[in-house]
Amino acid sequence: MAKKLMKGCEAIAEAAIQAGCRYFFGYPITPQNDIPEYMSRRMPQVGGCFLQAESELAAINMVYGAGGAGARAMTSSSSPGISLKQEGISTCAAAEVPCVIVNMMRGGPGLGNIQASQGDYFQATKGGGHGDYRCVVYAPSSIQETCDLMPRAFDTADKYRTPVIILADGLIGQMMEPVELKMNDNPTMPEKPWACQGWDPKGERPRAVINSLYIETEILDDLMTRLNARYDEIRKNEVMVETYKTEGADFVLCAYGTVARVCKAAVRILAENGIKCGLVRPITLWPFPSKEVHDVIAQESVQGALTVEISNGQMVEDIRLAVNGEKPVEFMGKGGSIIPTAEEIADRVMKIMRRA
Amino acid sequence: MVERNIFAGFGGQGVLLMGQLLAAAGMKEGKNTSWIPSYGPEMRGGTANCSVMLSEEEIDSPLVTRPTSLIVMNRPSLEKFEDAVVPGGSIFVNSSMIDIKVKRTDVNAYYVPCTEIATELGNPKVSNMIMLGAYIGKSKCVDIETVLEALLEKLGERKAKLIPLNREALKRGAGCIE
Amino acid sequence: MAVVFQKTPVLTDVPFHYCPGCGHGIVHRLVAEVIEELGIQEKCAGVAPVGCAVFMYNYMNVDMYEAAHGRAPAVATGFKRVHPDKYIFTYQGDGDLASIGTAEIVHAAHRGEKITTIFINNAIYGMTGGQMAPTTLVGQVTTTSPYGRQKEHCGEPIRIAEMLSTINGSAYIARCALNNAANIRKTKAAIKKAFQCQIEGKGFSLVEVLSPCPTNWGKSPAEAMDWLQDNMIPYYPLGTFKEV
Repeated sequence: MAKKLMKGCEAIAEAAIQAGCRYFFGYPITPQNDIPEYMSRRMPQVGGCFLQAESELAAINMVYGAGGAGARAMTSSSSPGISLKQEGISTCAAAEVPCVIVNMMRGGPGLGNIQASQGDYFQATKGGGHGDYRCVVYAPSSIQETCDLMPRAFDTADKYRTPVIILADGLIGQMMEPVELKMNDNPTMPEKPWACQGWDPKGERPRAVINSLYIETEILDDLMTRLNARYDEIRKNEVMVETYKTEGADFVLCAYGTVARVCKAAVRILAENGIKCGLVRPITLWPFPSKEVHDVIAQESVQGALTVEISNGQMVEDIRLAVNGEKPVEFMGKGGSIIPTAEEIADRVMKIMRRA
Repeated sequence: MVERNIFAGFGGQGVLLMGQLLAAAGMKEGKNTSWIPSYGPEMRGGTANCSVMLSEEEIDSPLVTRPTSLIVMNRPSLEKFEDAVVPGGSIFVNSSMIDIKVKRTDVNAYYVPCTEIATELGNPKVSNMIMLGAYIGKSKCVDIETVLEALLEKLGERKAKLIPLNREALKRGAGCIE
Repeated sequence: MAVVFQKTPVLTDVPFHYCPGCGHGIVHRLVAEVIEELGIQEKCAGVAPVGCAVFMYNYMNVDMYEAAHGRAPAVATGFKRVHPDKYIFTYQGDGDLASIGTAEIVHAAHRGEKITTIFINNAIYGMTGGQMAPTTLVGQVTTTSPYGRQKEHCGEPIRIAEMLSTINGSAYIARCALNNAANIRKTKAAIKKAFQCQIEGKGFSLVEVLSPCPTNWGKSPAEAMDWLQDNMIPYYPLGTFKEV
C-alpha cells in the first residue's frame, strides 16, 4: 500500500482493525477523540462493533465482556479516563482476559491539561490499578511505529492472556505523518477455548469461568504463581529497545515516545559540536529493557546519562535501577506538558560534560 | 533540504489545511514530512497553528521551535512567532489582515494581500491557498500540481469542480512573490 | 421407583453457601430451571455480581463471568455484542445494581441491550455485613443507619423497576417477591418471560425480586418473610411495569 498521510489516532485505529480488532468501546476525552470517531465510521464497514459507553468504567468492562467472550477488543482514552479504567484493567489482568488499551497521555494530575505528557509512566508500568499485576506497555515514538506495534500488541495480549497498554503522548495522537499500513483482510486469530461462548455439558471443553475472585489464599496464590511465571516469560521474550549511536558514545540520552525524537535531534546538534552522544529508547516500558540500558550506559567510554521526559521524573527511576550507580544519571524534564527543545537538551548535555 | 514551517492564524482561516496540504504534497514527492496542530479546548475562533516539516532526511524531532519559514494570516500570530524565525528565514505576511510590518531585519519578509487577490478571483475563502502559493513560489519545495492532487483527495471527487479555482489561487500567490 | 423431582442440571453440585432463609438459593434455582425449560443452556452465559451472590459462577452450569461491583451490565454488553445469537443474564443485588452500578444498568436499558437482569432487592448490603442500601426502607435500622434510615439525611429508597420502566429501551420490567409459594411461582414465570423477551430480541429485560435477608435483618427466616410482606411490598408494589 502507498504511503498515506494519517493522523496518529486514526492510524492507530486502522492498524487495530487490520490486527483483527472488531470490538471497540470508548468514551470521549481529549486528545484521543479521533480514535472513537474513526472506529465509529470503520467498524460497521468491517462487520465489527463500535459502542460509545456511558463512562470509561463501563467501556473497560465492556472490553472485559468482549475479550472474555473470545474477541479482540480494545478501548482508548487519555489520562483521567485511564484512571477510571484501572478497576477494569486490574480485573482483566486477574481474570487473564486479553485486551488492548490506548492511553494518549495528557497533563495531570487531576484534570491537568490536554497537551502531550508522559506523566502516566508510573501508572502504566507499576500496576495502575490495585493488586500485584503487570501490563505489557508499548511506547511508540512515531505514527509508523505505532501502527507496526498494534498487531504485536494484540498478539502479545492473546499469547499471554494479559492487558496490553499503548502508552503514547497526545502529540503522537494529534500529529500527521506518512504511514504505510499493512493491510490484512484475514488476520490469524488464536483459538480461545477458555472464553465464554455458551457451554455444552456433553462437550470436551470445560465450563468457562472468567473470574478475578479467589477467596482462598492458596488458590489466589496459584493464580499469582501462574501470572508471575507468565510475567517472567514476558520479561524474557518481549523486551524492545532502540539504541541510536550508542557504541563508544561519550554520553547517553534516555527517552521514550516523542521526547526520544527530540533527543535524536539533540544527538545531531551535539555531533555538530564534536560530542559523541547516543540515545537509548525503551520501546517496551514494561518489560523494561534494564539489561540493554545498563549495557549501553555502563560502557567504559560513557561519562554519564541524562533522562529526558515530559514529567517531573518517572522513567528515570528505572534507568537508575538498571545502571545501579555505575554511572551518574541525571534528569531533565518538566510537568505542565512542556517539552524541552533539542537545543536545550544539547546545552544541558554540554554543561554536564564540562562539569565532569 | 529541511523546511521547518509554522502556519498560524485565526481558527477558520484554513491554516491547518494549508499545512496538511503541504505535508501531503511533500510526501507524494517522496519527502519525509510531519504535521503537528496546536490543539485546545476551543472548537471555533481562537488562534490556530500547525508545524510542518519537509525533509530529504528522516525527521528526528517533528517539533518546530525555530521555523525556517513563518506563514501568518493574522496579526497576533505575527507578534507571537516573529522572534522564533531563524536568521535568514522567511516570514510570509497576509497584508490584507495584518497592518504592521515585520520588525526583524535579519529575515526575508513577504507581504501578500491574500484577501484582495482571493476576492479578485471571486472567492475570499481561497485566501489561504493564495498564501500557500506564495510560500511554494518562494521555497519551491513542492510542485503546485502535487498540492492540487492532495487537495483533490481531501475534497473527494464530488467537489473536484473546486480544483481549477484553487489552482488559480496557488498560481496567483506564487506569482506575487516573483 | 419413579423420579418425582430432580435438581435441574443447570445447577452444579456445589452446595450453596447462603444463610438459612436467604432468598438467593430460591432465585438461583428458578433461573436455572428457566434456562433448562427454555433449552438454552448451551447458548447461555451469566454474569455474577459483587455481593452475596458473588460465587454464583460456582453454582450455575453455564459459562460464567464474575464482574466488578456494579459493572455486570457492561460486561454482559461486551458478551452480547460478540455473540448476538447467544443469551446472557446478569444477577445483581441492590448495592451492586441500585448504588454503584446505576450508570451501567440505566444505560444498558437505555441502549435496549438484549440482556436479562435478575435484580435481588433485600433492602440491605448482605455480604459486607448489613449496611444501608439505596433500597433500605425509611426507618430501617442497619449497621450504617443505626438510628433508622432518615429520609432528610439520605433520601428515600429508590424504586428501580419503576425507574427503568420509563426507559424506551426496556422491553420487560417486573417486580416479584419470594414471600410465599404463589409469589415464587410468579417470580419464575416473570424470569421466564424476561429470558423469552431476550430470545425474541425485544430489548432489555429485568425482574426485580424482593428477597429476604434474615441474618442482616436480625430475624428468623419465618419472621423475615412476614417482614418482607408487611414492609417491603407496600413500598415496592408487585407487578409488571413494562411489557412490549
